Amino acid sequence: MNVGKSVPRVDAYDKVTGRTQYTDDLCPGDALVIRVLRSTVANGRVLSMDISKAQAVPGVVRIFTCFDVPKLAFPTAGHPWSTDPAHQDVADRFLLTDRPRFCGDDIGAVVAENEVAAMQALRLIEVEYEEYPFVLDAQEAMKDGAPLLHEEFPNNVLGHSSIRIGNYEEAIKEEGLIRFDDWYDTPTVQHCHIENFICTARMENGRIVVTSSTQIPHIARRVVAQALSIPWGDVRVIKPYIGGGFGNKQDVLYEPLCAYICRELGGVLVKLDMPREETFTSTRVRHAIRNHIISYVRPDGTFVARKLECFSNQGAYASHGHGVAAKGMGAFPQLYPCPNVECDAYTVFTNRPVAGAMRGYGIPQAMFAVESNIDDIALRLGMTPMALRKKNLMPVGYTDGFSRNVNYYDSFNQCLDKGAEYIDYYRKHEEYSRQEGNIRRGVGCAAFWYNTAVWPISLESSSCRMVLNQDGSIQLQLGETEIGQGADTAFAQMASDAVGIPLERVHVVSCQDTDVAPFGTGAYASRQTYVGGFAIKQTADILRGKILSYAHELTRMPVEILDLVDGNIIRRTDNQALMTLAELATTALYSLDHSVHITAESTYQVKSNAYSFGCCFAEVEVDISACKVRLIDMINVHDCGSLINPQLAGAQVHGGMSMAIGYGLSEQLQFDPKTGRVLNDNLLDYKLSTTLDHPDLTAGFVENPEPTSVFGTKALGEPPACPGAPAIRNAILNATGVSMNTIPVNPHRLFEAFCKAGLINTKEVN
Amino acid sequence: MTQYQVVHCTINGKSCEAVVDVRASLADMLRNNFRLTSVKKGCGVGECGACNVLVDGECFNSCIYLAVWADGKSIRTVEGLTGPNGELSDIQQAFIDEGAVQCGFCTPGFIMSAVEILESGKRYTRDEIRRQLSGHLCRCTGYENIINAVEKTMNRRLGGDE
Amino acid sequence: MFDFRSYAAAASVEDAVRLLAEKPNAVIMAGGSDVLIKMRSRDMSQVDVVSIYGLDELRGIRLEPNGDIRIGSLTSFSHIEHDETVNRLIPVLSQAAGTVGGPQIRNIGTIGGNTCNGVTSADTASTCFALDAIIELTGSEGVRHVPIVGFYLRAGKVDIRPTEIQTAVIIPRDSYENCFGHYQKYAMRNAMDIATLNCSVNVRLNADGAIERARIAYGVAGPVPMRAGSAEAAVCGMPAGEDAAHIFADAAIRDINPRDSWRASKAFRIHIAHELAVRGLTESMRRAGATI
Repeated sequence: MNVGKSVPRVDAYDKVTGRTQYTDDLCPGDALVIRVLRSTVANGRVLSMDISKAQAVPGVVRIFTCFDVPKLAFPTAGHPWSTDPAHQDVADRFLLTDRPRFCGDDIGAVVAENEVAAMQALRLIEVEYEEYPFVLDAQEAMKDGAPLLHEEFPNNVLGHSSIRIGNYEEAIKEEGLIRFDDWYDTPTVQHCHIENFICTARMENGRIVVTSSTQIPHIARRVVAQALSIPWGDVRVIKPYIGGGFGNKQDVLYEPLCAYICRELGGVLVKLDMPREETFTSTRVRHAIRNHIISYVRPDGTFVARKLECFSNQGAYASHGHGVAAKGMGAFPQLYPCPNVECDAYTVFTNRPVAGAMRGYGIPQAMFAVESNIDDIALRLGMTPMALRKKNLMPVGYTDGFSRNVNYYDSFNQCLDKGAEYIDYYRKHEEYSRQEGNIRRGVGCAAFWYNTAVWPISLESSSCRMVLNQDGSIQLQLGETEIGQGADTAFAQMASDAVGIPLERVHVVSCQDTDVAPFGTGAYASRQTYVGGFAIKQTADILRGKILSYAHELTRMPVEILDLVDGNIIRRTDNQALMTLAELATTALYSLDHSVHITAESTYQVKSNAYSFGCCFAEVEVDISACKVRLIDMINVHDCGSLINPQLAGAQVHGGMSMAIGYGLSEQLQFDPKTGRVLNDNLLDYKLSTTLDHPDLTAGFVENPEPTSVFGTKALGEPPACPGAPAIRNAILNATGVSMNTIPVNPHRLFEAFCKAGLINTKEVN
Repeated sequence: MTQYQVVHCTINGKSCEAVVDVRASLADMLRNNFRLTSVKKGCGVGECGACNVLVDGECFNSCIYLAVWADGKSIRTVEGLTGPNGELSDIQQAFIDEGAVQCGFCTPGFIMSAVEILESGKRYTRDEIRRQLSGHLCRCTGYENIINAVEKTMNRRLGGDE
Repeated sequence: MFDFRSYAAAASVEDAVRLLAEKPNAVIMAGGSDVLIKMRSRDMSQVDVVSIYGLDELRGIRLEPNGDIRIGSLTSFSHIEHDETVNRLIPVLSQAAGTVGGPQIRNIGTIGGNTCNGVTSADTASTCFALDAIIELTGSEGVRHVPIVGFYLRAGKVDIRPTEIQTAVIIPRDSYENCFGHYQKYAMRNAMDIATLNCSVNVRLNADGAIERARIAYGVAGPVPMRAGSAEAAVCGMPAGEDAAHIFADAAIRDINPRDSWRASKAFRIHIAHELAVRGLTESMRRAGATI
């Protein structure tokens, strides 16, 4: 059995030798270079564009203005298409727009023979704008009279959804309840995959071939076709290895523009290689969500009634739309079930960069609010946060009416106990709560749950193809994509076990080429191992069936007593190996009696979902007068079911923890209030954490096999990024007694908070 | 008017010559003239370390190093670490064994910094290794397994603690 | 590719002077880690470049017979950080050089480039201020020596005359002898960052353990690196100890003039300036042998 073992990644050799080819590595040197002209105003209209000087730059091939391109709106979210128009994504993007809604919006494009000529031309294009007032804050944008981004959405509200459980208004009348009313704010952050977004396009036999650093090749194909209004089959999308995605590449970004320009230039090869600065401003970001929580609690810590309001900053276009805020809101009443709940989530357009999917999809924001809130309430009640948590957490047997997800095991307590033991939480939390002096330590904890895949909100299906070679090996193809997380390796392990051949006999076709790859919607929603598992198992069963029936022809043994084990046809009754799969496969192909190419292909539609659970514990040291937090130790504990590959699972967890460290302590896109421009659109000023900003990271697991999965597995891709920020924040609370309700908790915010709390005295100067 | 210059240098032990545009970075030259595509471009400003290569034994971000400066220098990239029959060097193998590879885009740059660390022959503490690797950004791994790979290889080469 | 109009590599200092005379608007490129990055921004296009990167005669650190330390302008941060002379005589400069960017940036970046770009946050600049460094410039008119305080004219502008390049940074013997220093970089992360504020302190104690001379310089406390003269005067003659550190810091923040920017507020910078002064002098006095 290979499932459950830490086998090396199938792509590791190529990656450590530098052979792995990413989009730019596949692009010949003579590609024409596309650079996008970006709006310098946050809200307005382009009145005119003078390109005469830019056209004169040697090497410039063509300039496209927003007035040149067809006015055809298309959606960009990497969601499965819905054949029901009511459930389709909002189509609000154009190839280029004369109505820029954020600094960095796409108003023109230069095509040149080289990047220097393209940059010079960009500089020389003169744009005349009509400028409108702009708004950067979601709640400001909801007010009457605020600048309106899209006529169809009054008060800039893209979406509003609610949850109502019990009777909140009645419940709060109970005597003796304690009311807590708090706000928690999260920043706009960016994915910062190290490979920027890049795509190329060329035409072949009248069709457009797009090679793109994307998580969602089949969706990209659909959107390119929609944007260009051409048959979907006229587009072919190739997804090679990609240098990270984290959700940013779960949007269709510039593939349509690249394809359009290619076609307009007669099908020549063009490349759009986005500079880091534009990856920051003009691809996608994480939604900044402000959460307002009101809780009515009995003195013993029982939640009687709770209310949550979420204001999600969508930025200028709909992208993934209201789904992100809705998902975050949905986590609240399930994590701590309470008989009386009112929730409202608003997704609001502003003149910020466009928010889309990012690892965790609304849950990191929600967990920052919900899990910070637990520690705040506990402190004021005089309870320990762990006692309050355990008293109210989703109980064993809890079932969600919508997703039908069930909490089958005691996962929460198992995860919390494991993490608490590792970090010595109870002792330290007690001891650290009574410190004086300038250097103080603290421990903090946060829990979370996460869904696996998108059923029942959207389609969940996976398709798989297995092709038997003469040597008894197989090619394994799925529509699900390798984006760095190790999906290919997990798929190979599952296929090896499901078919009954050695791991090295499974050749994963990593590249998705929509002409030949089975249909799959791609990497998102922590879905692939779960849904891919069904398709792999089902397809393996079909392949095995064909193999064993051919073995029956060759051996005349009944199929029922035959088996395929480790690449050999076995007679189960006496465990005799009758032939190797290689012998069978060669015979099957070349037989003069019965020649057949043994292959299998199937689609599995998944109509289930699964709760994935976990928590984080962090220990910090706070230097109060220096306003600095040093993270000393951190552990995440996950129950994502049975592990397919423990080493890769651990590595996934480390990466998510790292993202959470940045989210909690240092990362944020900053905006100039006067212009709306992003101030820190580069990796110097955007503070991604470095090797020196991390403690050693520990990944722990509780392996309760997920009953709905053939391999007992469920979500792990996104969950690791969810609980870290509130755990760190709660550790700072434990150390200092100061509630930091806005992340990142950077030195600037600590300075203000410590001044307010009287922990430091500001010096009077002059 | 484009200006060109001939650059003579040693690349991965082999004497090389290229005619380069004086405006080109070393990363441009290595990728375009020599197809050494392990040299990745992630930021163009020397912040991410994906284009890191060894020049005369020291690490440089080749995106902000002019190609013409490479004249007379010895350049090494990850491609040069692999043996004639595809054998991996110990540090490459350690990256695999420790699970230090995910999307792989930052990997070649990290490995070249590791080479500088290992070839110094010094025994660094874990914190010193962190510092030596601090010019690289990685969004996938949280650095944990990368640091483990470098530390273990160093200990193996120097003998002693594993 | 970078947007150069022309590129010329100097073969010697004299050659550099000649090339600069030919192209008065040329940008001098040492390691390029500032200039090449600026070229990505929209306002730098079609640049004439004179590269001095190949001038090995400007690399290296030498202890002069008179005890002055001469640092060639193209000496990289990593070479300064690990140089034996620097570590023996002015370890505070090694400390400062070791905080620049990350290892790769320390390999390409030079002390000359760091002081010539006129940026207030430059990690080695404040230490050079605190050590009364002398800047050596060579041009068609010959060699000039300028105290570093006078070298910085305003933000982004230093006293380099047409045809001149900076050839050395000289640390005079009296400025380091029997002095003990401490450099602190205050930034948002522990590598790959520019300073929110930086502070270099050094102190010389007399035989009685009293402060004979204390010096402090800041980066990002004003438009250019600056000394805090009142702080230095305030503790002169005081016994080494906590009191001195606080008096020092209280005075230091009256000398500085940080600004509000999106990177940090003025109030925050002043608070940190105070904190760094206390810690900087305390650590310097400890290194000088005081028990605190």
